[in-house]
Amino acid sequence: MARLEYLKNVVTLNLDADKCIGCGRCTEVCPHGVFVIEDRKAQIIDRDLCMECGACQMNCPVDAIYVGKGVGCAQAVITGVLRGTEPDCDCSKNCCGS
Amino acid sequence: MMSRTMKENSFITHNGRRIPKVPTELNWSDTLGGWKARWAIGRMKYSVEPGIYAIGSPDANSPVFVSANYKMSFDRLRSRLAGRDGWILVLDTKGINVWCAAGKGTFGTEELVKRIEDVGLSEIVGHRTLIVPQLGAPGVSAHKVKQQTGFSLVYGPVSAEDLPAFLDAGMRATDRMRRVTFPLKDRIVLIPVELVTGAKYVLAVAACFFLLAGLNPEGYSVALAISHGTQSVLILLAGFLAAVVLGPALLPWLPGRWFSAKGLWIGLAVLFFGGLFLGRRTELLDDRLSMAAWILMVPALTSFVVLNFTGASTYTSLSGVRREVKIAVPVQLACAVLGIGLWLVGCFV
Repeated sequence: MARLEYLKNVVTLNLDADKCIGCGRCTEVCPHGVFVIEDRKAQIIDRDLCMECGACQMNCPVDAIYVGKGVGCAQAVITGVLRGTEPDCDCSKNCCGS
Repeated sequence: MMSRTMKENSFITHNGRRIPKVPTELNWSDTLGGWKARWAIGRMKYSVEPGIYAIGSPDANSPVFVSANYKMSFDRLRSRLAGRDGWILVLDTKGINVWCAAGKGTFGTEELVKRIEDVGLSEIVGHRTLIVPQLGAPGVSAHKVKQQTGFSLVYGPVSAEDLPAFLDAGMRATDRMRRVTFPLKDRIVLIPVELVTGAKYVLAVAACFFLLAGLNPEGYSVALAISHGTQSVLILLAGFLAAVVLGPALLPWLPGRWFSAKGLWIGLAVLFFGGLFLGRRTELLDDRLSMAAWILMVPALTSFVVLNFTGASTYTSLSGVRREVKIAVPVQLACAVLGIGLWLVGCFV
């Protein structure tokens, strides 16, 4: 199967290697294998695979990771634009099918 | 809504508490309920009561699994715990599944901490470990839960299917268990919900086309609405159905990273095959205006429908979707408006 990868060079993911203590939580929680631990530091190996779910940031005990957390849902973004608010994910509508 | 399974619960008594016990086998009503949820029938009420549940004959040393109160999440978890003893701590996620609820924060640190205290978990079990589904991690800070409750979090595998292997390996997940994929079967099961939720908009639009198709230079003709209108409705429905079914099914193979581009190909395919089919049977292809109108409208529709599938996909980022919406939606809208305009002009010439 062709690999599913979304747009290039758009995500807000940022890792501050100086703060990182190499605990490995980010490698544990990331659903797309964006991080590896090398020489006791986390490293981003493929930024474009990041879906900005925010799991790494939430679980980094030293705040070394920043990501603009959000749900990649067009309907939520469009609703937000129409209402002049942030993306509004109302799951009763369409998304979140699983 | 309390589900049938919950009503028929038996209870166990543990440390002087009555705790509902749930089976690990799903019965026909669980299966039917799951099927209905897939078709968006009563999906938002498909929930279980938050709290603590027993699986098998658990004691103070048995593992604790955290789940959402969307019944399908709960059912999927308990059905993978056959032959084991354990506790399930169900959070109040307003009937939303783990991943989506974690995205909103309802499956989150605050609710988890509150629920641990509410059920008195530290008196039910002697250990201080919780198994939280990995897809709950976007809402939960493991270190904060530890600080506030003393419970350490272990993130379980992405899929409940891997739970037995994870437990047998001493609560260790392989790299594969940690990855979210989006295989064909996971994409196909999303089609019904997309179909049902999109259908009401498409049917409303189709009804407008049907009624407006009766317009002509002499006034209004019901016969024209039926002939020309039916044709328009069929083209619209063909575009919608193709996008809803083929978008998810062919997702990895449709060229381009942009979902709107993937949808565009489907629209072009519908035009091509529709043209071959209709061209022989009707005078549609002789009507240049109408043809131009559909060449604009069908790809706009299919592109938009597939773009909306980003919400159900497992790999799109908000930043990416923002960019795509900003660029693609104005183009889709322009094509649709222009197409509708041409189609209306076509009614009068």
